Amino acid sequence: MSDTTTPVSPSNSFAAFGAIFRREFAGYFRTPLAYVFLAVFNAFAISLAFFVGNLYESGIASLDRFFLYHPWLWAFLAPAAGARLWAEERRQGTLELLLTWPVTVWQTALGKFLAAWAFLACALLMTLPIAFTVGWLGSPDWGVILSGYLGSLLCAGACLGIAAIASSLTRSQVIAFVTGFLACFLLVLVGYGVLDELLSGALSSGTVDEIRRLGLWRNLEPFTLGLLDARPAAYFLSVAFAGLGLSTLIVERR
Amino acid sequence: MALIEAKKLFKSYGAIRAVNDVSFAVNRGEVVGFLGPNGAGKSTTMKLLTGHLRADSGQAVVAGFDVAEEPVLAKKHLGYSPEGAPAYGEMTVREFLRFAADLRGLSDPAEKVKNTLELCRLTSVAAQNIDTLSKGYRMRVGFAQAVIHDPDVLILDEPTDGLDPNQKFEVRRILKDMAARKAVIVSTHILEEVGELCTRVIVIAQGGIRCDESREKFLQRGTDLNQVFRQLTA
Repeated sequence: MSDTTTPVSPSNSFAAFGAIFRREFAGYFRTPLAYVFLAVFNAFAISLAFFVGNLYESGIASLDRFFLYHPWLWAFLAPAAGARLWAEERRQGTLELLLTWPVTVWQTALGKFLAAWAFLACALLMTLPIAFTVGWLGSPDWGVILSGYLGSLLCAGACLGIAAIASSLTRSQVIAFVTGFLACFLLVLVGYGVLDELLSGALSSGTVDEIRRLGLWRNLEPFTLGLLDARPAAYFLSVAFAGLGLSTLIVERR
Repeated sequence: MALIEAKKLFKSYGAIRAVNDVSFAVNRGEVVGFLGPNGAGKSTTMKLLTGHLRADSGQAVVAGFDVAEEPVLAKKHLGYSPEGAPAYGEMTVREFLRFAADLRGLSDPAEKVKNTLELCRLTSVAAQNIDTLSKGYRMRVGFAQAVIHDPDVLILDEPTDGLDPNQKFEVRRILKDMAARKAVIVSTHILEEVGELCTRVIVIAQGGIRCDESREKFLQRGTDLNQVFRQLTA
């Protein structure tokens, strides 16, 4: 069939995935925005823990007051980091290149998504001094702290999944950010008293309880207490990979 | 074997039929000039051949591989530069070509990048961010990513659009050098390119093929190519 064509290099899915991952991850650090992002995340994560959560005044060597605000932070910052995933490719016209290079949309999407998640992990890792500070001041349970970090990272992935969908629908990073943020913000609000009261007026208590389970904090809390439960982990991963899958389908069916 | 085959391609955008029963085949050594007014269906046909868009019906075949059924294999044999030569502006030329080489899984990517930089006369700007380049250089970067793997099939959407005469000459020179070994489709508004570059002409208007003939036959239609173009596409 193709006996007269030039031999081509064999398919190497991992090489293509690796190339996309490296480009995307490095892409975050090519602009000053990444450094602003990391600084803002750190400043807010630490300020909220100390000044709003009264981490120091509590006198307890624990980071649960630090992780308490992470759903809010990720709801804002994961869409900020994820807005460029597809919107920027559409704006620059490079999506046409990506889709005509010998790589599947799924390989591209996974490489991009994991690079963005790794970038968020970097932001989270930069907060480690707060853990060491708590370790210096008292005797925290390091297992619980580790579990909290794991939960926060999974929560970031879930918000990124939502951000990926928002980014796949537009060529404007601003629109992608705003819609991603609003959707994540809704998941933060679920489980908070105000929304519960509103819902209780219209729905049965069983339904309200089911909805409450979808809240980000409700699922992060067990991690911050050191309770490694499969259900919240499955929740975060489901949202993350459902977002990844849906955004990929949207790009594929352009 | 034809390296590019379009078989009864149809594509609509809502109520607008952008590509209407387009069929042709391109063999190795042929440089096909795709002519037509704006919105005639040239770019859409190219997007169908490159797998960027899916046809409503019909088949696009590149190097023997159905673009819809075996996209990765088809795309390995394909080099494509979309209109406006999009690229990652924040990368340097060398980084961008290295990315293209890595993504294609090419052996000895550093050597391929070096050779392509030389071929496309980009070595002097290899360390510059693509964003900072003039349009002529950016078009050449788009061309470079399309030829880095020495593909059998080359599809170029307006590769000389907006270039000055020297830059046009340069792109045509590179293309002529490699044309004998490839099947090439070049879309253009520039009628003089037919005589200088193409071996065959396909004129498209309102989504359909109006003429498909050798360069010689096309040039015999009249001395005023603009007049010929208007008649064919009216």
